[in-house]
Amino acid sequence: MDLEYGERYEEFRREVRSFLEEHRPTRPVGGFLEGPRDELIRWLTLQIERGYWARTIPKEYGGYGAPPDLLETVIMDEEFNRAGVPRGMMAQGPSMLVPTLLEHGTEEQKRRWVGPTMRGEVVWCQGYSEPGAGSDLASLQTSAREDGDDFVINGQKIWTSTADKSDMMFVLVRTEPDAKKHAGISYLLLPMDTPGIEVQPMRTMSGSLGENSFNQVFFSDVRVPQSNVVGRRGEGWKIANTTLKHERNSLNANPEGTLFRLMKLMKEETVNGVPAMASPVYRDHLMRLQGRTLAMKHHGMRMLTCSLKSEWPGAAGLVAKLQNCQLNFDIASLAIDVMGELGVLYDHSKYERERGFWQMHAIFSLGLIIGGGTAQIQKNIIGERGLGLPREPKPAKA
Amino acid sequence: MDFGLSEDQRLLEDTIRSFLADRVPITRVRELRDAPCPNDRSIWRELAELGATGILIPEEHGGSGLALLDAALVAQSLGHAVTPTPFLGSAVMAPVALAALDDAKTPAWSAGIAAGELVFGVAVTETFSVREGAGVELRGGALHGKAMMAIDACDADLVLLAVGGDGLAVVRGDAAGLTQTRLATIDATRCTSELVLDGVEPEAVFDGAGDALDRMLIAGRIALAADSFGACESMIEQAVAYAQQRKQFDRLIGSFQAVKHMCAEMIADLEPARSLLWYAAHSFDALPDEAPLMACHALAHISEIGREIASVATQVHGGIGWTDEQNLHFWFKRIGVARHLLGGPELLRNRAAEIQGLAAA
Repeated sequence: MDLEYGERYEEFRREVRSFLEEHRPTRPVGGFLEGPRDELIRWLTLQIERGYWARTIPKEYGGYGAPPDLLETVIMDEEFNRAGVPRGMMAQGPSMLVPTLLEHGTEEQKRRWVGPTMRGEVVWCQGYSEPGAGSDLASLQTSAREDGDDFVINGQKIWTSTADKSDMMFVLVRTEPDAKKHAGISYLLLPMDTPGIEVQPMRTMSGSLGENSFNQVFFSDVRVPQSNVVGRRGEGWKIANTTLKHERNSLNANPEGTLFRLMKLMKEETVNGVPAMASPVYRDHLMRLQGRTLAMKHHGMRMLTCSLKSEWPGAAGLVAKLQNCQLNFDIASLAIDVMGELGVLYDHSKYERERGFWQMHAIFSLGLIIGGGTAQIQKNIIGERGLGLPREPKPAKA
Repeated sequence: MDFGLSEDQRLLEDTIRSFLADRVPITRVRELRDAPCPNDRSIWRELAELGATGILIPEEHGGSGLALLDAALVAQSLGHAVTPTPFLGSAVMAPVALAALDDAKTPAWSAGIAAGELVFGVAVTETFSVREGAGVELRGGALHGKAMMAIDACDADLVLLAVGGDGLAVVRGDAAGLTQTRLATIDATRCTSELVLDGVEPEAVFDGAGDALDRMLIAGRIALAADSFGACESMIEQAVAYAQQRKQFDRLIGSFQAVKHMCAEMIADLEPARSLLWYAAHSFDALPDEAPLMACHALAHISEIGREIASVATQVHGGIGWTDEQNLHFWFKRIGVARHLLGGPELLRNRAAEIQGLAAA
């Protein structure tokens, strides 16, 4: 055990900190694509120039071109969090499409899309889930029929975050109708202004507040060149699995910050004139959550060490998404309970605390327990890949 | 930065585990459960030869002068094998206290522990929980009162006990006026007893020993968490192995999601707890300001996941898991007693809140 970062990294930390002191934007930029696009592009471009975004992406594709270094990544994340500024852009293009293109894309695809995506000039959505293909994603039915040099797409996607704000979609479609389930899928890049695409916003349980950018997307004879395939035709499933891995990595943020916010709430919120923190019942509940949070915090450090040493951590490396999403939900739930009858207020009602943050956080966390691989799918993965338990036998065909 | 075990630590763990597999298999544990005290001296002496009894004792007193993380790995291995041995009292709590106390006799006692010649019991329950009106006080140079749930004291040569508010004393196990009664618990692999003192002459008395008491309790809680963690780890291994070979409805039961998800939930709780345990043990030596809080959280958290794992791992086995013959109950009961030996989860969490200034101490 050695929990010191060492002088080189402390120097890097000081450098990031002074950058943020000098250039920190005064209003939110880049969280969920709020605000003017040109401001976002300027801010992301500056971060890339300084190496705080697209740090390890090669220069020829629009990145900063530094060698990968996990500790630098941790330090940048810590310092940006401390400054309350998002690092880069939390969106599906940079976090999911770009790593996939770097791994599987052609030279031309990389040169054309990686830089503009990282700079926020091109915004992407992900066309994976369908009404009939959720956990069983490979059963997707949206078809892409070959027609000359093009594919013609028909079908429907659902849960497509930011489809209404996106320029492009990376989409899974069935190009080989006669192939087996997993072998008939291709991964396509599709401009959202192509004729025949209809985007319908969905209303979710978060109601009028919070992240409400889920959509259904309908395709009627949508024409896209065959050259827009990433990898080879019929290899889309393998390529999508790279992308899903990137998503699971990005969904397991440690809830320590949220726990601190709950502790502050419990000191300030009073019932019968007494702060919630003075209640042994609430306090015990809080301490229990703190124990779980500390376990996940240090687990993150242990998994980081495994990555640094390229060691396979086994089942230990598969549990963070499952645990952190549930823990976030439980922290929000205690906050709501502490506020009691005022905890259910919403929609900026009179007496609502923290502009509805805790109800929003509970609902959003529930969404993350389901999204990006449900908790039950995670448990299958942990059981089968982590513990070596046998897969469920396939049912006999009737 | 390196959050993990060193090569030496992995080697230490391997050494202890193969020793236990060879010398103290479950058949031996079954024999020891019927002894008047399960702490077997021959196992203790062999552990001394491996350097385990003196793991925290400085080299100048015959020990190996290692860190609490190393001791925690030994404790974890002992819990994993449900080994009856006075490691917690004699090799962790007593040495930590003795190192913080200044007396002409303490170096010789430490050397005796390291050599495997001395067994030290520890009776400090009343510093965090008083029941049955227990408590020990010094009157006219002699000790009077009673101490409950003393650890590893039955067969001990010497016992370290809490006296009054923040004092400590050492008494001989066979001192005149000392009556020991074994307090049998569900766990036949751990020694717990009551000490009644009626004018016992102490070997040494330490006033104002609050720091030594605090440090020994922190170390004890982390080592006990490690013991319980090791028992949890073994129960999951046994449950997964069973799910991989037991068939019902013409299928391995591990292929049923109902069973698979039980196993996944157990390991999903266990692995982050391992990270917390390592950090808590590391903090004892490297980050002493954090150690009191981390000890409370590590033991409370592992006690909570431990109760669940002990129950679920037994359920994975079905009816056979509930029999004496399957032996699984040794681990279940080890986890159950560890939950309360140095403070239960509610007590520990209240202490955690006090340490952070969130509750009135």
